[in-house]
Amino acid sequence: MVKLLCHRLLLAVPTLVIVSMMIFGLQKMLPGDPVLAMAGEQPDPQVIQYLQHKYHFDEPVPQQYLLWVKDALHGDLGEALRTGVPVSTLIAQKLPVTLQLSVMALAFAMLIGIPGGILSASNRGRPLDYGANVLALSGMSIPNFWFGLILILLFSVHWHLLPSAGYVSPADHFWLSIKTMLMPAFVLGMGLGAQLMRHTRSAMLGVLRSDYIRTARAKGLRWPTVVIKHGFRNALGPVVTVLTLLLGELLAGAVLTEQIFTIPGFGKLIVDSVFNRDYAVVQGVVLCTAICFILLNMLADLLYILLNPRLRRGS
Amino acid sequence: MTTGAAAASTHAKVASPTKRIRNRALARFVRNRGAVVGAVVVMAFVLMALFAPWLAPHDPLQTNFLQVRQPPSGIHWLGTDELGRDVLSRLLFGARASLSAGVVSVAIALVIGLPLGLLSGYYGGVVDIVVSRVTEALLSVPFLILAIALAAFLGPSLTNAMVAIGLSAMPRFLRITRGQVLVVKTEDYVESARAIGLRDGAIIVRYILPNVLSPMVVQASLTIATAIIAEASLSFLGLGQLPPAPSWGAMLNTAKDFVDQAPWMSIFPGAMIFLTVLGFNLIGDGLRDALDPKE
Repeated sequence: MVKLLCHRLLLAVPTLVIVSMMIFGLQKMLPGDPVLAMAGEQPDPQVIQYLQHKYHFDEPVPQQYLLWVKDALHGDLGEALRTGVPVSTLIAQKLPVTLQLSVMALAFAMLIGIPGGILSASNRGRPLDYGANVLALSGMSIPNFWFGLILILLFSVHWHLLPSAGYVSPADHFWLSIKTMLMPAFVLGMGLGAQLMRHTRSAMLGVLRSDYIRTARAKGLRWPTVVIKHGFRNALGPVVTVLTLLLGELLAGAVLTEQIFTIPGFGKLIVDSVFNRDYAVVQGVVLCTAICFILLNMLADLLYILLNPRLRRGS
Repeated sequence: MTTGAAAASTHAKVASPTKRIRNRALARFVRNRGAVVGAVVVMAFVLMALFAPWLAPHDPLQTNFLQVRQPPSGIHWLGTDELGRDVLSRLLFGARASLSAGVVSVAIALVIGLPLGLLSGYYGGVVDIVVSRVTEALLSVPFLILAIALAAFLGPSLTNAMVAIGLSAMPRFLRITRGQVLVVKTEDYVESARAIGLRDGAIIVRYILPNVLSPMVVQASLTIATAIIAEASLSFLGLGQLPPAPSWGAMLNTAKDFVDQAPWMSIFPGAMIFLTVLGFNLIGDGLRDALDPKE
């Protein structure tokens, strides 16, 4: 297993190198001189020289890339243009907020997706299956920023049940924090839950056709026992893999959800930095997202092997 | 000349079963109620976008400060927005931005991804290694975040949003094409075509491309749905269609500040996005079932 993990880590290295090159190259392709933009109107030549030296713009481009990578490997992703706060500090501040949102969204997704998929598969061709399919397809087609607005309209404006926006840290007020995050997490989890429902259904349908399911039925076991004990346990591998892969999508989904509910997380940081043309932050955030995504892909591979005894023995 | 004629005759012989398979797939698609509903919905939106100038009751850009945020009425069926513009007229014209964004982005993704996937899969070697690594790198950034980053670097406009979405969607097309090519190129008929001396270009176009097209069609229809949501998301964030031009995402961006005072401003554009995306997803599902050889 350790050998496999090392192999996967080694494979991730070239991917990360290319991602870093692309992220760095994007900034280089931008029109205009970033130093002039930083120096402001009527800049002093000495200020320009200082900034060029500080950000290594006086070096050749390959050298600049290597210096950027070297700094990034030491956790230095540059500074935010306006505030001067280190990008790594900003990411460290915002990531826990998005993680809380993602964990709650994941809980909703699993609550919707897994039972929905199992029920749908075990009632194939019946009204319940059609209903679940319609629900899943609708969940995948709803733009989450619109769904968020509708929920705000209902739960905050009309019924005054939940706060419409903002963020409360769980360390400050646990229950208020959960209450504030409930709506955004449901919005984010709905789309994921819909996809999970389809994958669970598909995995379950494959398993429920197996001979051992027929044998379990022939032994006189009750249908719910067969579905849960023999069916779902064997469908778990692909479901967990898909779930891990879908986790990466939570980060992307958080961009819009955090915008709607004014949550000061990772997603809002991306949007704000885009509008402030703060490319150091954009670069840092995209790099951080790519690393998370690559790690999640690795985790998905490993879980798939761990949950499948045959593959586990093979590895 | 002789090899060309031989290949043409071989091609004619395989054309008949191909046609039969296509007809069977079409029959399966037509039998799928969901897919037909999806096709009808999408067709309705296409017609709406095409005939928007004749269908729209008002000028979508005409502001009227005496009619600001009016609820739905006989004059303005779906109400007015914060500048007194008719919501229905803006929705009809907004369909053009959304549908063209969906189709153009997918076209960009196909135009780049399909040939690269064909070449990478067919020739292998260094080309394949380089293309595969770059694809993997692009796939390691979530679709929407990549689109946002690209749109931010390119600057806000509908065209740049389409380019950003197209480039972000391209790796999926490339990967699927490459995977299919790797399977198809070892088939006997490809070996036979090579044995009779057909050039690589001809083999790719005549024998490999047709076998790659089915999954591409399915992927394209599902990606149009994703691209429509992505365009709406970028416009919602202010990185897509610029005001005052109408776009469903941009309309929702303005509407979010008036959720409590003018809910109609957010309900209708969102419903339009939802229905269009649902339509394309239904078509995609239907095509996948119809073109699945196991069916």
